[in-house]
Amino acid sequence: MGIVKTSSSRRLVVRGVTKDFEGERVLRGVDLTVDRGSSVTLLGPSGCGKTTLLRAIAGLERPDAGTISLGGKTLTNGETFVAPERRHIGMVFQDWALFPHLDVATNVAYGLPKSTENRGAVVEETLEMVGLSGFGRRMPSTLSGGEQQRVAIARAIAPRPDALLLDEPFSNLDAGLRAIVRSDTRALLRELEMTTLFVTHDQGEAFVLGDEVAVMKDGVIRQQAPPGVLYSAPIDPWVAAFVGEANLLLANAEGRTAHTVLGSIPLADQAFGKHTVLLRPEQIYLAPGSEGQVKSVEFYGHDCSYRVDVDGTEIIVRSIAAPVFARGDHVSLSYQGPEAVSYPTAEAESNPS
Amino acid sequence: MWGGPLPEMMSTTGVLLVLVGAGTLVLGTGLAWLTTANQFPGRRIFTWALMLPLAMPAYILGFVFLAILDFAGPVQTALRSGFGPEVWFPDVSSTVGVAIVMSLSLYPYVYILARAALREQTPATYEAARMLGDNRMAALRRVVLPMARPSLAAGIVLVMMETLTDFATVQYFNVQTVSVGIYQVWRGMFDRETAVELAALVLFIALFIIGLERLLRGPARFHQRGAPRDIERVPLRGWKAVVAVSICGSVLAAAIVVPLVQLLYWLWASPAVVTDMTRAFEFLSNSLGMAVAAAFGCVFFAMLAAGGARFSGSTLVRRAAHLVTVGYAVPGPVVAIGVLVMIGWVSGAAGSNPAGIVLLSLTGLVYAYIVRFMALGYGSVDASMEKITPSTVDAAHTLGAGPPRVMRQIYFPMAGAGAAAGAVLVAIDVLKELPIVLLIRPFGFTTASVWVWELASESRWAAAAVPALLIVLTAMIPIAIYLGRERRRPGSAVALGARVATWVEAAVE
Repeated sequence: MGIVKTSSSRRLVVRGVTKDFEGERVLRGVDLTVDRGSSVTLLGPSGCGKTTLLRAIAGLERPDAGTISLGGKTLTNGETFVAPERRHIGMVFQDWALFPHLDVATNVAYGLPKSTENRGAVVEETLEMVGLSGFGRRMPSTLSGGEQQRVAIARAIAPRPDALLLDEPFSNLDAGLRAIVRSDTRALLRELEMTTLFVTHDQGEAFVLGDEVAVMKDGVIRQQAPPGVLYSAPIDPWVAAFVGEANLLLANAEGRTAHTVLGSIPLADQAFGKHTVLLRPEQIYLAPGSEGQVKSVEFYGHDCSYRVDVDGTEIIVRSIAAPVFARGDHVSLSYQGPEAVSYPTAEAESNPS
Repeated sequence: MWGGPLPEMMSTTGVLLVLVGAGTLVLGTGLAWLTTANQFPGRRIFTWALMLPLAMPAYILGFVFLAILDFAGPVQTALRSGFGPEVWFPDVSSTVGVAIVMSLSLYPYVYILARAALREQTPATYEAARMLGDNRMAALRRVVLPMARPSLAAGIVLVMMETLTDFATVQYFNVQTVSVGIYQVWRGMFDRETAVELAALVLFIALFIIGLERLLRGPARFHQRGAPRDIERVPLRGWKAVVAVSICGSVLAAAIVVPLVQLLYWLWASPAVVTDMTRAFEFLSNSLGMAVAAAFGCVFFAMLAAGGARFSGSTLVRRAAHLVTVGYAVPGPVVAIGVLVMIGWVSGAAGSNPAGIVLLSLTGLVYAYIVRFMALGYGSVDASMEKITPSTVDAAHTLGAGPPRVMRQIYFPMAGAGAAAGAVLVAIDVLKELPIVLLIRPFGFTTASVWVWELASESRWAAAAVPALLIVLTAMIPIAIYLGRERRRPGSAVALGARVATWVEAAVE
């Protein structure tokens, strides 16, 4: 494919950014770092401020305070504000925002500097990267959703921006197509070594797309970590439940052991007194027994999910393959995961769902 | 006729159309961009106030302008007393003078459509252009304006149609257009054949303008997803803010504030003109009678057409229903001549009973109004019927209601609000309307608009102030209603813009 690697990709740093909208604080001191050439997904429920943060980085919104810098160059702080067209940041919009009056090639060429030599070659090469060779003369309105989406990406990467922002770029695609376009896009951006920030509210998508995932709630980043760390060691119960199904069990901790309705669970860190322990559903195994009773069974094909009542506490259990137990069956439960994380109970929050 | 003044009339008409088209394009688009993409003191007020000139018909604005700027008017008198009798002043009674007046009166069409286009279509694409390295002006030139082109083209077509229809304003300014020719030939020389030929010519020009819209519009209409919103407004400070306020302020002053003040001043300075109240009452009730009859007729036929189109499910009927809106694209004088010719046939058959002729003329007048303004009623009724979902109707059917009952119990009540809005729009336009009533009215029948025109033509400006004020204030009613709705539910400007665009579209098809 002859992909030209981006030498211009840069490190994006956000520090203490705040933004008010009509008296309401949407961003409350956001810290975020995207290392040069890496990919971070910004994950959060709708209304948490993630799109506002993206637009502030793009220069489409003016933060009230805080600094944003790219490759060491300040884009925004108290005094300076670099106009969006001078930031050299690419952006893929949720609705793609293609220029409907221009054909595909002209759309893709739009951001190339006037001095660019061989504009046609650059455009054709970029279209080839996204798998749209020969589409240059088509008008956007004649393309399918997936094709329009790829044109939007081609248009954003053609000028080789220092960083690329994508605002829920796949949300307008149907499920089957989304998975394909998503992994293609991920592979392409990784090959280009593009500094990339995705915004999504879909946990699965965040884990697939990001080298790191930054979880945002109420205008702050709660935790930024690689997907594996985020899943196994979330910083608080809210994050734990937001990034995946979670059993948050009340426990009495004594050092490296916590006593729960499922018996003693080994802890990763020392704790004492009332705590909440995180057990993922796939870490719990069922066997015939008498500790609990199956309340419901959902079969998804590749796996299935049980809800089991244990002394009044509902435990979610996920197991590979078809269901073995039926509603009403009596079962015993055993925890077979690594040392679990726990949170002092005072910190416990309501479940995000 | 064809050999003599016609070529000059044609070229005058052409020049006027181009000048007014260009004038409204610059004013309407410029003001829309200024108030949508910038922040300056008073912006919110200007945003809606700039639509008000819609209430000031050109034939009223025109005579006020003449009165103020004429040789005997206050401006030139003041200049002479300051700089001596030889002071130069441009000739107001010229094609350029009319073009300025008409641009000031008609620019809101372009302004409203441009504003809707800016808010509805471009915010996301504008931002995309900025991210790809365009500064504001480059994004405006490369993305915003090309995308707004269909809306701007529709606005200019509306403006040109109104310009083509007018023959009152141009007469004050001694500018001979083809529409003036129609009036003079029919009313002055009773030369039916030539009048019909001239009307055909005007219709041809109208078709040419519609063709022009096709050309100006470019390849396609652009629909964008997403809720309408303003693009990020840039705060203007210092002299830039002063310039922005002065531009908006002077347009408003010239288009509506100064004329209104002048009209009120005449009323105050010469109260004698108000004395003739019986005649005023008669003319006003004539106007209202015509307005009510036309409004009722338009809404009634619009209900039948829109309801019928929904019921039959046949494409042919739906197309035919859409055809009722074509009259909006036919210039007033052309409609009038057509109706006059029909009246001629009927009266020839009916003999010459004077009372019969009057009745026939009045019926013809209402008929002409319905033909011309049906699109306004149809647009409103159709839009409100649009809200009636197929499942509502299906539900009624499954509960045992046949088509007449569904029409009576579902469509008519639910389309009631739209029908009322449409009726008001039609009534106001009839009240303002001049060319059709001037041509068709039976001898001795005078409406408020005809009265303004007669007095203004004789330069009895102070006397014309009474009916002129009545017309302007009445015309403000729907604008005020609409602005109130816009305040409660922002975005209805877009709906209105879209509706106007649909009328044009429907008329063009």
